Amino acid sequence: MTIVEDAPAPTAKTNALSVEDLELAYKVRGIPREVLRGVSFHVAPGEAYGLVGESGCGKSTTAYAALRYLPSNGVITGGRILVGGNDVTRMSEKQLRQFRAREASMVYQDPGSALNPTVKIGRQVSEAFTIIGVDGKEAVDRARTALQRVRIADPDRVMQRYPHQLSGGMQQRVVIAMALACDPQLLVLDEPTTGLDATVEAEVLDLVRTLREETSAAILLIAHNLGVIRSMCDRVGVMYAGKIVEEGDAVEVFEAPKHPYTLGLLQCLPRRGVRKTERALFTIPGTLPQIGTKLPTCVYVDRCALADDLCRNEVPPVVHVDVGHSAARSDAAHFSRCHHIDRLSQMPEPDSDHSANLLGGKIVMKMQDVSKTFRQHGNDVPALVGIKLDLGNGETLGLVGESGSGKSTLAKAMLGIYEPDAGSEIQLDDHLLEGKATNRPTEDMRAMQMVFQNPDSALNRSWTVRRILKRTIKKLTGIKGEEADKRVDTLSEALRLTPRHLDMRPRQLSGGLKQRVAIARAFAGDPRIVVCDEPTSALDVSVQAAILNLLSDLQKDESTSYLFISHDLGVVRYLADRIIVMYLGRLQEEGTTDQIFDGPHHPYTEALLSAVPSVDGEPSQRIRLSGEIPSPANPPSGCVFHTRCHRFMPGKCDVIEPPVVEIEPGHRIRCLLPVEELGRTQAAV
Amino acid sequence: MSMNVPPPDASGAAAAVEIEAADAAGDDVIGEAGPDPRVPYDMRVERRQAGRERRRLLLRRPAFIIGVLIILAWIVCGVFGDKITPYDPINEFDTSSLSPRAGHLMGTDQLGRDVLSRVMAGARDVLIVAPIAATLSVIFGAFLGLLMGYFRGWVDEILSRLVEVLLSIPVVLMALLITATLGSSRIVVIGTVAVLFTPIVTRTVRAAVLSEAQLDYVTSARLRGEKSLFVMTREILPNIRSTILVEYTVRIGYAVFTVATLSFLGAGIQPPSPDWGLAVSDTYQLIPAGQWWPTLFPALAIASVVVATNLVADSIEAALAA
Repeated sequence: MTIVEDAPAPTAKTNALSVEDLELAYKVRGIPREVLRGVSFHVAPGEAYGLVGESGCGKSTTAYAALRYLPSNGVITGGRILVGGNDVTRMSEKQLRQFRAREASMVYQDPGSALNPTVKIGRQVSEAFTIIGVDGKEAVDRARTALQRVRIADPDRVMQRYPHQLSGGMQQRVVIAMALACDPQLLVLDEPTTGLDATVEAEVLDLVRTLREETSAAILLIAHNLGVIRSMCDRVGVMYAGKIVEEGDAVEVFEAPKHPYTLGLLQCLPRRGVRKTERALFTIPGTLPQIGTKLPTCVYVDRCALADDLCRNEVPPVVHVDVGHSAARSDAAHFSRCHHIDRLSQMPEPDSDHSANLLGGKIVMKMQDVSKTFRQHGNDVPALVGIKLDLGNGETLGLVGESGSGKSTLAKAMLGIYEPDAGSEIQLDDHLLEGKATNRPTEDMRAMQMVFQNPDSALNRSWTVRRILKRTIKKLTGIKGEEADKRVDTLSEALRLTPRHLDMRPRQLSGGLKQRVAIARAFAGDPRIVVCDEPTSALDVSVQAAILNLLSDLQKDESTSYLFISHDLGVVRYLADRIIVMYLGRLQEEGTTDQIFDGPHHPYTEALLSAVPSVDGEPSQRIRLSGEIPSPANPPSGCVFHTRCHRFMPGKCDVIEPPVVEIEPGHRIRCLLPVEELGRTQAAV
Repeated sequence: MSMNVPPPDASGAAAAVEIEAADAAGDDVIGEAGPDPRVPYDMRVERRQAGRERRRLLLRRPAFIIGVLIILAWIVCGVFGDKITPYDPINEFDTSSLSPRAGHLMGTDQLGRDVLSRVMAGARDVLIVAPIAATLSVIFGAFLGLLMGYFRGWVDEILSRLVEVLLSIPVVLMALLITATLGSSRIVVIGTVAVLFTPIVTRTVRAAVLSEAQLDYVTSARLRGEKSLFVMTREILPNIRSTILVEYTVRIGYAVFTVATLSFLGAGIQPPSPDWGLAVSDTYQLIPAGQWWPTLFPALAIASVVVATNLVADSIEAALAA
């Protein structure tokens, strides 16, 4: 370990991108507010560099600044950005246009909005070539080649289509093809896979990985998913409040973090098969400081468990960590801006007093032959087919599958938001439920509530938190007036909301607090069952951990049952007692969490497990699902999964509809393969 | 995206960043850590601050100030009428058809009445009729829009067709039909304009309700057994207030315009009122004879009110969006 005063001075000439001491502010009502506080890093040609951090830490701003795509109120107040030796901050408008056309490209988070919906793919991709001076006919040919390059099998057909006719993964391929049109020196990817399913994400990431070998472009990858960064990047910079607090070889940083913030982020993740019965998740107290806050010493001091007077009074030095192989490459040096990297082992451990929940208590809810068919343009679209499930008292049932697999439909049918088809039976305790929520007596409504994915949409923005909670209490329990106020207070205390929060409107609260309010509302009437539809997918990992801890505490105290929908297998593994895997509205596999993760697996489960990029390295096996999830209006014959299955047996799977077989107690699989031939994969989560 | 033309979302993405940054700074978002105990906190203070901020934004817009001043000037004219006009607008006759000069800044009309006095006094009728008509159309339109956007299905189908029918009849034809049948009193004019504008407001409100009703808080309200009326009026309505407010301001402007059109066609306000539309209608035939002043000044008055309300509407919209 060596201590130096400044960040390593990068050699500007050899780097594709080098950002030097970049300072940037957003002007809000005329007052510049600091967002980037001296960011320095460099990316060599052919190298992939990742930036991670919570939302609001400045990573996207840095990415946009690299191409000088700044909002009108963004001002670069200091430092330089060199791309191929040219200073982007000093370019004229004309030079900047040339630079963006020929030297740098960007891929955005949402491919749907990056493509012009009214222009056919062929023309859009050709345009990317016309701009760099390729003529008509040749531009079209080059566009075709470009699409082939991003592994689009049938480019001519795709070129005739409009963006909305392509799936999200396909759209992102097209966007990448356009970004590579000018053979850029620098490719900036801003959360390129965030909106995509894990299976599609895996495909896109595979593509970027192969393309890296074909081009010499330097890649700057922004992602909040640490697993994506680890699997894609050579080096990584951890950003906090507009400063890079730790940088180094990606594997090294994630294996042996040397900054309390990096360590905190990693510990927040449910990893390595940790379960709620073993321990609570680690959380980082507090939130990111607001932009423009003066942070004269260590930027992380307010949230750091190790902070002492030294941290409050002196700017932390850049501390180089020499660990084995990285020492050979000076540019891959691992450094951390911390006074106390020798004290990292003293970081407090999360609360380990998390006694196991009672599993498999009395059955609260039984679903029998539940189907839901939507009518669309005169066609029947079966979104849910013959679902059968039990939910025990105090049990968490995880529900996984790609988008379009019917998870949300199942939850909504259960709650009565969608009326299930005739013949479906949903039983609560001993009585059958009405199909429609509005026909159910208050008692039944009170028994089942929901926590939605997006708290912004779930809370009425013109109501105060108090009104939201009080109204729910009144409607579900009939308690009114002062009595109801008392309940609001008890409830908010249980969810660690303070009286001050009660008088605020949702927009004044952070994402995590909003989700707490939404959870408080769901628990207002002492429900038996709470449906959680991706409750943490819109949140940062540190906040996610706090919400998951809260959910598991509430469950312990109230013995509420959860139906927990999530695409994040790590989260499901942490929280769920049992798991159901769905595909195209049908149950494919059901079992306890251990059975699902240890195998033997349904081929679909196997593919899902192997698609997850993990901070702990790659899964042992890589199974990629090709193609898209078929339309439920026209499901494949035989086994609905056969069109994408890597174990497809022609003449069998496409003819016979497989029965659900119980291969061990509680573990049911819908597959024609004999049990001994089912795969077992080592899940990376 | 590497191209000379910025990609469709480049500015969008940048704008999003901008808004995010502004939001983060403006709303004093409270973090996970909870309140800062060192800072005493009062909800009302904050509410006042937000209101003050919005007013400040409005007052900083010259367009808003100009619009308000014009409207205020006309309201003063309308309220005080012949008490502040230099001459009696109806019963005082001088030499007819005098061109603008000292003593008669806007000249006199073919009967020798002072045009300036008539233009000032002419504000009264239209400033009573137009806002009432606009208010009625917004009330009906909001009600229908809420029903259609919330219930959708057959309610929406039927009402949508009805709205389309109303919208497909030419405005003038419709207005003439109504006034020909019911005569032309102030009340009929108000009713006519309200009927004409209701479908337009309905469409705007319906669109706003449609997107609002898809949000999860509406589902959540249903899951606790709220009645539809409650969800519409207490949950959804407060969130589309700004849309309705902007639509209201715009409608007032157009109502002025439409009332003037009706008067011009003889189907609106009746003589001897100095109403602007009426004045234009009475005098436009004199333009070929070189007497432009009795027509031009009332016409400018109409235009000024319409422009002023639109300036105010735009400013409000911008301030609400900020």
